[in-house]
Amino acid sequence: MTQPINEMRLTIPSRSANESFARASVAAFIAQLDPMVEELADIKTAVSEAVTNCIVHAYRESAGLIYITCRIFEDGRIQIRIRDKGCGIADVEQAMEPLYTTAGGERAGLGFAVMQSFTDKLRVQSSPGKGTTVVMEKTIRRRP
Amino acid sequence: MVGNMELRQSESTLTAMLEGELDHHTAKAARERIDAAVEKNHIRLLQLDFSGVSFMDSSGIGLILGRYRLMQTAGGSLEVVNTPPQLEKLMRLAGLSQLDVIRRNVANKGGDVHDTANQ
Repeated sequence: MTQPINEMRLTIPSRSANESFARASVAAFIAQLDPMVEELADIKTAVSEAVTNCIVHAYRESAGLIYITCRIFEDGRIQIRIRDKGCGIADVEQAMEPLYTTAGGERAGLGFAVMQSFTDKLRVQSSPGKGTTVVMEKTIRRRP
Repeated sequence: MVGNMELRQSESTLTAMLEGELDHHTAKAARERIDAAVEKNHIRLLQLDFSGVSFMDSSGIGLILGRYRLMQTAGGSLEVVNTPPQLEKLMRLAGLSQLDVIRRNVANKGGDVHDTANQ
């Protein structure tokens, strides 16, 4: 594994007002790679989904902290890790199925589907009662 | 802010001019204002105008699907109009085209509400 050329860490409480702050912060950090508007929008959307999951699912009964780490690599690869210490997911595979939701009503059940299709790689690790870690990767194309 | 969106009514048509960033946080306020207006004014056609939306995540899809069900239950209909190109990818992923609610180039700039798509 190569070393990142830059890294940022952000810890925020699970308040819904922080959803826009989280995605804007990641977007501002990766701006140094000079991404296209569409690549930036994809990453903002994926981060928004992951952070919303922490608020709506992981900490639905309580409040807690969301830990975001963003690393960028020489080859234009971005790795974003979003971790919580919330309730965890018993069946990750089921949770990742499009349209599956436990939140009811107004949640579309598309969070993981969006993270998956708006990034190059998605890994989800979870332990019930301990928390969930989502790792997403996307490579920003070098412009000629 | 989505919560400050303009609501326009013309007879039994309500147009919500959504604005800014639409996420889980801002969708809540938009939903509450739209639903209250639909119920109070016996709306038959609800138009969600996305022309002023700069960002949206799947909470926006939830907002659309929830209003679709609301209008179905009320015996009315829903239209999603003037979606900017940057939101199309997400709407495609969500399979919204299957609901046949998306309308393009709807003139909502002035006070008049009419569909220019077929002219």
